[in-house]
Parts: sequence; C-alpha cells; structure tokens
Amino acid sequence: MQRIKPFDHLILILGALFLITPVVMALMSSTQNAIDIHNNGLYFTPGSNAVPTYGKVLTHRGGFTGDVTGMRMLMNSMIMGIGFAVGKIVLSMMAAYALVYFRFRFATLLFWMIFTTLLLPLEVRIMPSYQVMSTLGLLNSYTGLIVPLLASATGTFFFRQFFRSVPDEMLEAARIDGAGPFKFFIDILVPLSRTMMAAIFIIMFIYGWNQYLWPLLMTTDESFYTLMRGIKSILQVWIGSQIPDYNEAFALAVLAMLPPVTVVVIFQRMFIKGLTESDK
Amino acid sequence: MTETTIRTAASNRALLSRLRAWYNADTSNPVKRVQFDRPLTPWVFLLPQLAVIVIFFYWPSVQAVTSSFYIEDPFGFGSTFVGTENYTDAVTSSQYASTAVFTVFFCAMVTALSLGIGLLLAVKADKVIRGASSYKTVLISVYAIAPPVAGLVGMMLFDMHIGPLTDLAAFFGHDLRVGIDYGDTAFALVVISVWKQIPYNFIFFLSGLQSVPTSVREAALIDAQSGLRRFWDVTLPLLAPTAFFLLVINITYAMFDTFPIIDVVVKDKPANNPITLVYKVYLDGFKGNDIGGSSAQSVILMVAVAALTVMQFRFLERRVHYG
Repeated sequence: MQRIKPFDHLILILGALFLITPVVMALMSSTQNAIDIHNNGLYFTPGSNAVPTYGKVLTHRGGFTGDVTGMRMLMNSMIMGIGFAVGKIVLSMMAAYALVYFRFRFATLLFWMIFTTLLLPLEVRIMPSYQVMSTLGLLNSYTGLIVPLLASATGTFFFRQFFRSVPDEMLEAARIDGAGPFKFFIDILVPLSRTMMAAIFIIMFIYGWNQYLWPLLMTTDESFYTLMRGIKSILQVWIGSQIPDYNEAFALAVLAMLPPVTVVVIFQRMFIKGLTESDK
Repeated sequence: MTETTIRTAASNRALLSRLRAWYNADTSNPVKRVQFDRPLTPWVFLLPQLAVIVIFFYWPSVQAVTSSFYIEDPFGFGSTFVGTENYTDAVTSSQYASTAVFTVFFCAMVTALSLGIGLLLAVKADKVIRGASSYKTVLISVYAIAPPVAGLVGMMLFDMHIGPLTDLAAFFGHDLRVGIDYGDTAFALVVISVWKQIPYNFIFFLSGLQSVPTSVREAALIDAQSGLRRFWDVTLPLLAPTAFFLLVINITYAMFDTFPIIDVVVKDKPANNPITLVYKVYLDGFKGNDIGGSSAQSVILMVAVAALTVMQFRFLERRVHYG
C-alpha cells in the first residue's frame, strides 16, 4: 500500500534546498577570488582559488597585533568545544550522582539552587558576569572562556533524569557486594552512562564551539580568539575597504561550520537520541 | 509554656512533612528506594558544581539586581543610589518601547515559522520511505552551524551588492536594502533566524512522530480515511507535549540565541535597525557605558524569562510522560 508520493517528496526537496543552498553557496564562493565575486555575485560552482584562499586564512597573520592565524583560532575553538564538553560532563555527572543517590541535609535547597540556573541564560546577566570576571582577573584566559559557561544545570538535569531511570537493583546488588559510593560511581554508574555521555559530549561540544557573545567580551588578546570571534573581526575590517575579501570570509565560515557539522552528520543517531531523550 | 512548645513543635513537624511531601512529589519521582546514607560524601560530589554556580551565576545575578538601583560613574568613580529610576527611565524611553515591540514581533514570527516549517517537514519525512535518511541528514546538518556563521552567510545572501536574494527582490520590483531599511533588515533577520532553527524543530517533531506506536497509527488509518483528518485528530494531539516544549525553546531561542545573527547583520550600527531587548542590554552596557540602565533591563528580562521557564516546567513535569 506504500506508494511513491511525489507531493511529499517535493516538499522535502524544497525544504532541503532551502536549508542547504546557503551552505553550498558559501562553500563554492570560498573557492573563488574576491574580484570575481565582487563582479559576478555569489557562485554555485567551484573555482580554482581554493588552495590560496584557505592557505591564507589558515596561516596568514592577521588582526591588529598580527599574531593570530586561522590555525590558532581553529585550535582555540577546539579547546573551547572540548574543554566545555568535558567540564560539563564531569561537573554535572558528579552533582547529579549526589542528588539522586544520597539522602542528606539541605538536598532540597541544593536541588533548587542548582536548577534555578536553568531559568536564566548567560545573555541576561552578561554585564555583571563580565565585571566578575574582570574582578577575578580571568579575562583573556581559557579558564575565563570555559568555566563561567559551565554555570548552568542543563547537563545535571540530563544526568539526573538518566540516573533515575537506572534500576534500583544495581545499587542493591553493588551494596551487597560491598561497594561504597565512590566505587559504585566509578565502576558501575560511569560505564552504564557511556552512551549518554557520548551524546551529551556531542551536544555540548557544538554548544561550546558555537559560543559567540562570551568570547567576544572575554578576549581582547588576539591569541585567544576563536573562529567565531574571528568572524566578527573580519567583518569589522571590511568597513571602508575597497573590495571586501568575500572569499576569505566564506573560507572562515566554512572552517567554523565544518567540525560541528561533521560531528553531527557522523554521530547522527546518537546525537538525536541524546537531544530528544535527555529533554524529557 | 510546655504546651506552646509542644504545639509549635507539632506544627513545625506538620509543616516539614508537608514540605517534604511537596518536594518528593515534585522533584524525586520516582524516588530511589535505596540511597546512600552518608552525610558528607555528597558534598564532595557537589562541590565543583556548586562553586561554579555560586561564583558565575549567583554572584553576577545579585550584582545585576544591585547595580540596577545605582547610577555608576562611567569612569569608575563610585556610584549613586537612585532607587527605581533606572527602571522608570528604561521602560518609559521610546526606544525601549520600539525595541520591545520588535522583540515580540520577532519572537512571534520566528517561532511560528520555524515551528510550522519544522512540523511540515517532519510529517513528510515520517511518511516517505525512499530517501528518508538522506533528507534527514541534510535537514539536520544545518543544526550544527553557529548563529554568527548563519548571520555571515545570510548577510552575504542579502548583500546589496553581491546578494542573490537582493537580485531576486529586484526582479519582483522591490529594492531590498538590508542594513539600511528597517523593514528589510527585520525581514532578513527573521529569514536567517528561521533558517537556523528549522532543523532543531524538525528533529524533535520527527522523533515525536516516530514514537507514536504502530497500533495507534493503524487504528487511525482504519478510523479516518483522510490524511488531514488523521493528522488533526490523532497526530497533533500526540505531538502536543513536544510542541509545547518546542514553543518555549523557540521563544527563548528567538530572544537570546539570535544575538549573534543580529550582531553580524546590524554590525554595530543599530541607529535605524531593528534590535531585540537582549541586544539593547548589551549595547547600553558595553557601548553606552550605562551600567545601571543595562542592569535594570537585565532584571526585567530575567523576570520575563524566569516566568516563561517556570511555565514550561509546570507543563513538562505533568504532560511529557505519556509514552
């Protein structure tokens, strides 16, 4: 009874085109040279300028102080994404473990203290956060880039939900075998959470990689620039220049979207599972 | 005297047990039957998270509230307590009003369009078998693109000189001037923000659809011949919790996560361009050096967002566990 439905396919193809065309265009235009783009508009075909453009973006020392390259920004983005994801998983697994598996005083209070952070995104307290960072002397440091972003309970919430779904018999059995809280956590709960950890790693890596506003404020020293920050500064340079380096901007955009998109496409199944199941 | 003590103790105990019951019902459901009973160990596990939260969440939040009652000297020479003046100044300024109006309009447009298109694509992707996974991959990949990158690419598409969309508009006789004309810029912002958000909604709607049991689908197929009828009477009610969850997420997205898109498209030239309330907080605080005014606006936003999230939690806890 299943037949081919041209109408359904048509809508899907239109939707896919709407989403993917800008990406293809950015990719293709990044292989052209700036003057061609300036004269002919954006391209949908590959050009011959790919190697010099990407070479320049990756290795050319740009910026005001002249010591930030695309490679450097790529590395900083990588540190930001991985550091954030790892930090988030460690902190939130530990906190969720304490909240789910222990009976102790003030548990209720702490629960609310931690989950209140879900109410307010960083953007609404951006000014005072900046002031706190400058008081602590954490501007222009990886700690300053990563740690403040960890102050949100999303990960704790995911892991709390997951731990609650772990059967009680696990703990009973472990206790009979003489396992204490540390042993139970390391030897049983952590291995059990492996899939969950991987899914959250992917989501959090993308989140950390894609941060924009926070790095924008936290880094004035160009050696800490991430790719997102680089996009901001390449646009600032344009104002007043004759022919903007369209191709280089596109190359930077492609570099900035490549790692997270690749991760999502490769780990699609795990990523969807993590995203949709952890929110329940 | 003893009588009062006993009565107080009893009422205390009653209050405590009521609080505990409320907490248990609300937060630890299903409660673990077995738990460790050590008073100190949980603190070891909680300490890192608590430290980060206190330093980077509570401290700045409290500071936002405090400094919203002061006017700070832009050069850092002390501050003066002004009561609620920052709030009245913020709310009564005509610029704030127009920004608020645009924010509401922007949120409504982005939410409605990205939810609608996401749902439509999910329903279609759920139906087709041939090529389903390639559609899925293409539709999902855009999710991972950062908002500033989306802003950059979108800005090029709408560029007055090289943008193909500007040419397209010109073909239909409209002179599209993004970055200069208020309406045109608003249009570009909505299109870029919707583009970026469709994959997210698509993923959630699709997984919601695929968790509908086959038996329900078959029953619906027997009961209702028309596909539209089936969608309206069976699919949509089953998707309601997902849709409500997404509604809140999308409003939050439109309010906060679109910041980079606005920043890239408007490029620090907000003079005649539409901006959202969050962008104004940033602008007044960092570019205008009006820390008190910026903080007051922050606090107003905090209250709005907190209300929104509480609403979401109330609904979520009650409604999501149907399947």
